[in-house]
Amino acid sequence: MQKEYKTITEIAGPLMMLNKVTDVSMGELGEIMVADGSKKMCKVMEIDGDVAVVQLFGSSAGINPAESTVKFLGHGTELAVSEDMLGRVFDGLGRPVDGGPELLAEERLDVNGLPMNPAAREYPSEFIQTGVSAIDGLNTLVRGQKLPIFSASGLPHSDLAVQIARQAKVLGDDSKFAVVFAAMGITFEEANFFIDDFRKTGALSRSVLFINLANDPSVERISTPRMALTAAEYLAFEKNMHVLVIMTDITYYCESLREISAARKEVPGRRGYPGYLYTDLATLYERAGRKRGIEGSITLIPILTMPEDDKTHPIPDLTGYITEGQIILSRDLHRKGITPPIDVLPSLSRLKDKGIGKGKTRADHANTMNQLFSAYSRGKEAKELATVLGDSALSETDLLYAEFADRFEKEYVSQGFNVNRTIEETLETGWKLLRIFPRAELKRIKDEHLDKYYDAPAE
Amino acid sequence: MVKGVITKISGPLVVASGMRAANMFDMVKIGELGLTGEIIEIHGDKASIQVYEETAGLKPGEEVLSTGLPLSVELGPGLIKSIFDGIQRPLEEMYRIQGYNIKRGLTLPALDRKKKWHFSPACKAGDTLGEGDVVGTVKETEVVTQRIMLPKGVSGEIISINEGDFTVDEPVGLLKDSRGREHDIKMITTWPIRVGRPYTQKLPPTEPLSTGQRNIDTLNPIAKGGAAAIPGPFGSGKTVVQHQLAKWAQADIVVYIGCGERGNEMTDVLNEFPEIIDPKSGKSLMERTVLIANTSDMPVAAREASIYTGITIAEYFRDMGYDVAIMADSTSRWAEALREMSGRLEEMPGEEGYPAYLGSRLAQFYERAGMVRTLGTRPRTGSVTAIGAVSPPGGDISEPVSQATLRIVKVFWGLDSALAYARHFPAINWLNSYSLYVTSLTPWFIKNVAPDWMEKRGTMMRLLQKEAELNEIVKLVGVDALSGQDRLVLNATRSIREDYLQQDAMDEVDTHASYGKMYGLMSLVLEYYTKCSAALSRGVSFRGIDHLKVTERIGRIKFTPEDRFPQELAAVREELDAEIRELEKSEVEE
Repeated sequence: MQKEYKTITEIAGPLMMLNKVTDVSMGELGEIMVADGSKKMCKVMEIDGDVAVVQLFGSSAGINPAESTVKFLGHGTELAVSEDMLGRVFDGLGRPVDGGPELLAEERLDVNGLPMNPAAREYPSEFIQTGVSAIDGLNTLVRGQKLPIFSASGLPHSDLAVQIARQAKVLGDDSKFAVVFAAMGITFEEANFFIDDFRKTGALSRSVLFINLANDPSVERISTPRMALTAAEYLAFEKNMHVLVIMTDITYYCESLREISAARKEVPGRRGYPGYLYTDLATLYERAGRKRGIEGSITLIPILTMPEDDKTHPIPDLTGYITEGQIILSRDLHRKGITPPIDVLPSLSRLKDKGIGKGKTRADHANTMNQLFSAYSRGKEAKELATVLGDSALSETDLLYAEFADRFEKEYVSQGFNVNRTIEETLETGWKLLRIFPRAELKRIKDEHLDKYYDAPAE
Repeated sequence: MVKGVITKISGPLVVASGMRAANMFDMVKIGELGLTGEIIEIHGDKASIQVYEETAGLKPGEEVLSTGLPLSVELGPGLIKSIFDGIQRPLEEMYRIQGYNIKRGLTLPALDRKKKWHFSPACKAGDTLGEGDVVGTVKETEVVTQRIMLPKGVSGEIISINEGDFTVDEPVGLLKDSRGREHDIKMITTWPIRVGRPYTQKLPPTEPLSTGQRNIDTLNPIAKGGAAAIPGPFGSGKTVVQHQLAKWAQADIVVYIGCGERGNEMTDVLNEFPEIIDPKSGKSLMERTVLIANTSDMPVAAREASIYTGITIAEYFRDMGYDVAIMADSTSRWAEALREMSGRLEEMPGEEGYPAYLGSRLAQFYERAGMVRTLGTRPRTGSVTAIGAVSPPGGDISEPVSQATLRIVKVFWGLDSALAYARHFPAINWLNSYSLYVTSLTPWFIKNVAPDWMEKRGTMMRLLQKEAELNEIVKLVGVDALSGQDRLVLNATRSIREDYLQQDAMDEVDTHASYGKMYGLMSLVLEYYTKCSAALSRGVSFRGIDHLKVTERIGRIKFTPEDRFPQELAAVREELDAEIRELEKSEVEE
């Protein structure tokens, strides 16, 4: 018989303290019976002697120390999983909200997961063609990578995310593919945009959705990404699927974390976020990847909105230190009408080198990529100079670079959210732009590739 | 053995009562699972313990057992080619036992107890040896021969010593000390990680650690036994620089610590290093490498320990008389782990929440680097070179970890995101980086590379400094306002940057360069400047100089393999001279 505690001594914000508690463990879930007969959930955060600090999921309204009782369940937060999850919609705590039946669980998994042994990882190296040139050509995504989108309010990150979800494929491979989508604190409309697009393209039937909206309890947000990743791990590593996980918006997740940390009166780190923000984010992001000898994979695309467009804000900053690169959207490009407004220079894919080149994309890929980057960077510098001093101040070569920078944004980056370019098309678009320069200027490209591609193909 | 019970659990911190007789920094086993922890504070009979494994599921009332020993590492044959976690558990072995994920409560010996190693004695019965003296050797890998030393506090007469195949904890001989007590001689020894291994004397650094990276070796070289920091924002290529150093540094042993970084980066090292052939030994790079991994999803307390585990292993090889390089990526994560524990202990925070002792802890780590004369009656010279990456938030090095690091290290390689965006790698900013070893290393370069190496380096630095000044002017009035000589400086520095400093880590040839090749290339790039400058002053137009075709060839020469480099260099030199001659002739004729 489980003990029922009537020893609530303190309720403050999302936290509650209980006295005379015995035999509970860290992370254990509890059920609160409120006087009106409803149930609420909570989780043990700290134990000091016989005093337990628990964190409430949902609002504390209705709880009172006199009548409410707490029962501990003997296990941590778990998620029931089975292949029937595909096509279903759950709330932030993993309860179905699509009106469908309860899931018949094949297994119940602890949502916190366990750290992956680095010796057991398989290095991601399979090229994913997203059909977006700025990603495929310059910041290549590979299977098992974690590549966040750094966006800001008002920028079309959702459009880019659904475009990737819709178009992503591995060349010459049609193994089982699934999308896991976690919404944390976004609005109904935004969430609906994703669901609608998944429905339209038929992706819904192979998707699992976890939705915690802006008006849902913010504390539940702490569990939402863990639910999603647990589902993803199950599908990827037990059912051998290739899973694309989209999580939006990490910023709201971190704010919930800060809320709880503040309620616990912890010593704050930067900007009031807890000192363990890095560790906490890492335990989410690092669950992406591949394992030795297992077919399936988890590719993770977290989306975060940078407060005040500031990349040095703790959330994008710490994320960038954990993830394998970042895709950065720029407000300037967005205003110029570049879609997607990907700022390629500060964007980066750390795993690209293993996913491109001969046998993966094409032998000239790495060289042309570096050349495009350095040419665009020099072109932007030239354009800055020209704004101050006028075009006449530029040397002949710099004028070419300035022209290149403009055309690069318009022709290479800006392709629209509905165009799906093959890697060949992307590479040829790159070559077309590089031909603006005399051959001698293309120092980063090896002669063999210049011989093959520098002259325009006869049409 | 001291036994206590858990009273409080808060994240990675556990408080246990009944621990009055336990020592500070004792290793303890916690709860039914036997999680590993370390005592970091004692109040009355309550000990605060940092737990190196996830604490979820622990309950008050569970037992805590002190081992009575400080957290230590095992040293002996079997270290090389291994990958350990922060408290030296072998990760490959854990993968075999536990599968893909790291489960809790597993205690494994760091060194394989079953594997037999061939021990060859280096002394004979009747010899009198002191602590630190070599009793024999074990060929651990193709490249590394471990010298088995008498542990600290053990000296005397060798009674017996045997050649043959032994496991690490089988006695290979017997020793009788001056008091007549007998000691078994074993290949394995242990050492507490928070205590530096002893040596006779620290020596001043006089020799550079060649890294094969042009930017580093030319502009800001590091000495064997030195300490360096690489700060930079994310995406500026810290990890690539660290990997390049681990690959190409001319050290006998490399210890690489992945501290709070990405799991895939460790996998990358595990996959890549065995494939890369060390040009010096002709064998795989893995044959000299020890890896320590505490990836960012692994328990945070073990992150704090991983740095010490690494440097203790490095010191062990140093004591054998080897040059060891240790890379820690990243010390910021280590500092954050320190901050997290400090917060849980409710200590008074210093700057940005970091504990007030951050600076002294960092100093303790970096000061364990150095060139030393070892213990023993026939002392050897060995060195530990420490290179730490720092990940300052937003790339702003005014933050506490960077500042505390800069106070200790003598070499600073500052990574610059603007360079990284332009894909100029390594993105080490040449203007704000520095090395305080330049003066002490000059005699070595004069003697071993070229008499004018340092002069050429100076010329290069002066030109780069001039470029920065000229760029300021160009921003105001445009490039046309500059004189021909000044515009030539801009061309020359562009060549220094693109053809010399820039180095492609992914290119098979360019990834690494010898001092000889560096010197040739540096001379060529500077000759381009001096020869063109002379031509300009003889009346040749800048336009003509600007269009020299040879610049393309200068730009590509770094991709020439070492064996063909001298011929190619001579050819390019000739072409440079010929083109200038021709230009002069045509312009004078006009």
